[in-house]
Amino acid sequence: MLAIENLTRRFGGITAVNAINLNVAPGETVSVIGPNGAGKTTLFNLITGLDTPDEGTISFEGQVINGKSPEQLATLGLARTFQHGRVFANLSVLDNVLVGAHTRLRAVRPAFPVLGPLAELALALIRPASVRAEEQALREEALSILEIFGERLLPRKDQPAFSLSYANRRRVEIARALASRPRILLLDEPTAGMNPTETAEMLEVIRTLKQRGLTILLIEHKLELVMQLSDRVLVMDNGRAIAEGLPNEVRNDPKVIEAYLGHQTVGHANREAQEELELVA
Amino acid sequence: MTSFIDYSINGLIIGNIYAMLAVGLALIFGVSNLINFAHGSVYMVGAYIGWICISYLHTPLLVTILGVVVGCALLGMLIERVGLRPLASTARIAPLLATIGISFVLDQVVQLIFGADPRALPSQLPNWRLQWGSGTIGALDLLIAGIGLTAAVLLFCFLRFTKLGWAVRATALDREAAMQMGVNVHAVNQTVFAIASALGGLSGLLVGMYYNNIYPAMGFQATLKGFIAELIGGAGSVLGAVLGSLLLGLIESYGIALLGTSYRNLFAFLLLIVVLVWRPNGLLSRTRQLPPEPLTGTFIAPSRPVQVPRWAVLALAGVALLLPLVVQNTYLLQTLTNAWLYAILALSLTLVAGTAGQMSLGHAGLLAIGAYASALLAIDLGVSVGTAILLAGVITAGLGTLLIFPAFRLRGHYVTIATLGIGEIVGLVILNWEWLTHGPIGISNIPPLSLFGVELYDTASIYWLSLGALLGLALVQWRLLGSHLGRTLRALRDDDVAARTYGISLNRYKGLAFAVSGFAAGISGAITAHMYSYINHETFNIQIAVLAVTMIILGGMGNILGAIVGAVALISLPELFRGAAEYRMLIYGIVLLLLIRFRPQGLMGTV
Repeated sequence: MLAIENLTRRFGGITAVNAINLNVAPGETVSVIGPNGAGKTTLFNLITGLDTPDEGTISFEGQVINGKSPEQLATLGLARTFQHGRVFANLSVLDNVLVGAHTRLRAVRPAFPVLGPLAELALALIRPASVRAEEQALREEALSILEIFGERLLPRKDQPAFSLSYANRRRVEIARALASRPRILLLDEPTAGMNPTETAEMLEVIRTLKQRGLTILLIEHKLELVMQLSDRVLVMDNGRAIAEGLPNEVRNDPKVIEAYLGHQTVGHANREAQEELELVA
Repeated sequence: MTSFIDYSINGLIIGNIYAMLAVGLALIFGVSNLINFAHGSVYMVGAYIGWICISYLHTPLLVTILGVVVGCALLGMLIERVGLRPLASTARIAPLLATIGISFVLDQVVQLIFGADPRALPSQLPNWRLQWGSGTIGALDLLIAGIGLTAAVLLFCFLRFTKLGWAVRATALDREAAMQMGVNVHAVNQTVFAIASALGGLSGLLVGMYYNNIYPAMGFQATLKGFIAELIGGAGSVLGAVLGSLLLGLIESYGIALLGTSYRNLFAFLLLIVVLVWRPNGLLSRTRQLPPEPLTGTFIAPSRPVQVPRWAVLALAGVALLLPLVVQNTYLLQTLTNAWLYAILALSLTLVAGTAGQMSLGHAGLLAIGAYASALLAIDLGVSVGTAILLAGVITAGLGTLLIFPAFRLRGHYVTIATLGIGEIVGLVILNWEWLTHGPIGISNIPPLSLFGVELYDTASIYWLSLGALLGLALVQWRLLGSHLGRTLRALRDDDVAARTYGISLNRYKGLAFAVSGFAAGISGAITAHMYSYINHETFNIQIAVLAVTMIILGGMGNILGAIVGAVALISLPELFRGAAEYRMLIYGIVLLLLIRFRPQGLMGTV
């Protein structure tokens, strides 16, 4: 479904993403892990069109998508969340989710320059019955998406997003991505900054999405979550893929252990990572 | 050949003066990410301090220079203290708007003290010229070059070899990290403002001597030229600012040689737009980079709008409509008519600046397009006035969007600068396109307002026409904000990267916002033209654009009712102090400053 070949991106002297190959099949959940600075987020930015690769190709359902703009990719069915959270601060939770459904609106379709936008404006001002019905249906769908997160978001659906907690903003981002009915969902560290309870909740949410048959590409630091959710794991370090395979194979790969423990100099972080690896093992 | 060398020398000298302005702007942008609109006002104050020294105190040249440097450095520190420091934690647009307010206040204070008329600033140098090749260089040229070079060397040594200089560079690279390492960022900012303002004031003095002419409004053009030079080089780069300034000086000088003086600014602004579009980060910029991820949207002050029940809005509209039947006071009705026309402008601006987050300072240009379109349609083509006004709205929507289109790819403060430049270009094109616009003479005998063939002369009819236009346009905007478009525009304002990721094409929606905005502004300009019966290229100036910005901040950005409230308040309240008409602009400036400091979300709250 998603096929990446020899993808490379350089920033000055640093090669942030170096000759990465990756395939994701429909319905699969693939995780990308690696130490901080390994190039994971850059890889996501390249896939979603926010950055352009120096070499290599990305194809989505057989179509080469390098150089396509993020808005074109959105219409193809790619949806992503951001590492630090990018909600629309002054929009209500419900409106944030509805923006996710933007590409599905019928009024947005006509793409002719000048005439298309004018038609969209006319539809927005006159609001015939079909437009109102569509909006109503989308609202109901948005509420049903918010239900996935239980009581976390529903009671706050009319509050502006800037008033939400960090964890709730991350949830809003996922809800917004789901509203676009993505063919593939890219999650960039969905549990960053979450406590163990919230992380466990998020794990259940992602598991639900996976069971619904959604194709997921996941960046995550919490290995426990990765091991439980992933069908396959790609390990990156210094821009390179150093291992790829089933979660169990990757966990015991000496190169992976070295990447996490070996050349990192901060002792405290080492110990934590080691403990986590042991815990998982 | 002679003239070529003369034009080159002239260009380099002017470039040198721009460099003193642009380096200051670049330093300030480097440490505080702020585009300082008050810079030109400091330059103007420098020229006036010089005038006091020379004409009153009869000081020798060196003392004059010292006086200007010290006076302007102190002023710069004051600006930092008032305009920047208290706003460190507010929306990113707030300090920029504060410097606009400070600039207004400084210009008006100087105008109140010294009067608006130009004064001569005598040069204190011998009047000889040096033959050089086939051109000549005067003593003043050498002084300007000398001061420019000395300043550059001193600045370089300061940044490279002193501890405070290191702190400045560290702050420019990473403000938070510098703070954690114990750098006193406030002291750094204050130092930078002092240096920048001293340089700015000095260049004001030199320009005053060069042209032997100073006036209170001279700062605005200087601010613009400084911006252009800085942006050509790349915002925040000191070296880039110097190169950009010399380039700008040369291009202007050659442009004047080819086409004449009235094209000078047109060249400067076209250069600005070309650079912004072609290399938005300046000529010296490095490769493309992703904007950093914000934790929340940072453009607009988060707030919840004041909820006004629908019956109250309808009741207010009803009172406004019935007013001429009850009140016979012509003066009151005329003031309110003026307020309604400004309210249409504020509606137009609040849609792009508030809802879509594109802070425009070019709306005076949109008014001018509407006014000229309607006047020319009515006079040259004999179109009936009512039709001409509607057509003017459509023309402004199309032409305005097309003109601002190059700025769509810009973000944040750059949009403000670019729209300002585009607004100025409109004025300059009107000035120079004589066969269409009658150039500097302006258009007179514009037919009066009429509707369905009935000419409207009496105050009440004009009042109703303006109010009707306002209510109609407000209704359209209300419908728009309530539809998916309102949500989409606000999303692209809060975070354009996330918006694009969800399929929102920035060009399409910025275009729509500017088209609707242009339509409203065009209607307002057109009605004004038929009401005044005379317009010229200066009828719609930058002061109107800044006034409109103040109105929408007063009312609350993106808020329809807020825009109307802001317009009515700012148009009618100064009328209460009729005796103090010359203080009006000063009052606007102070209101803007107080609002930004104490109620950034405005009276009705941002939407």
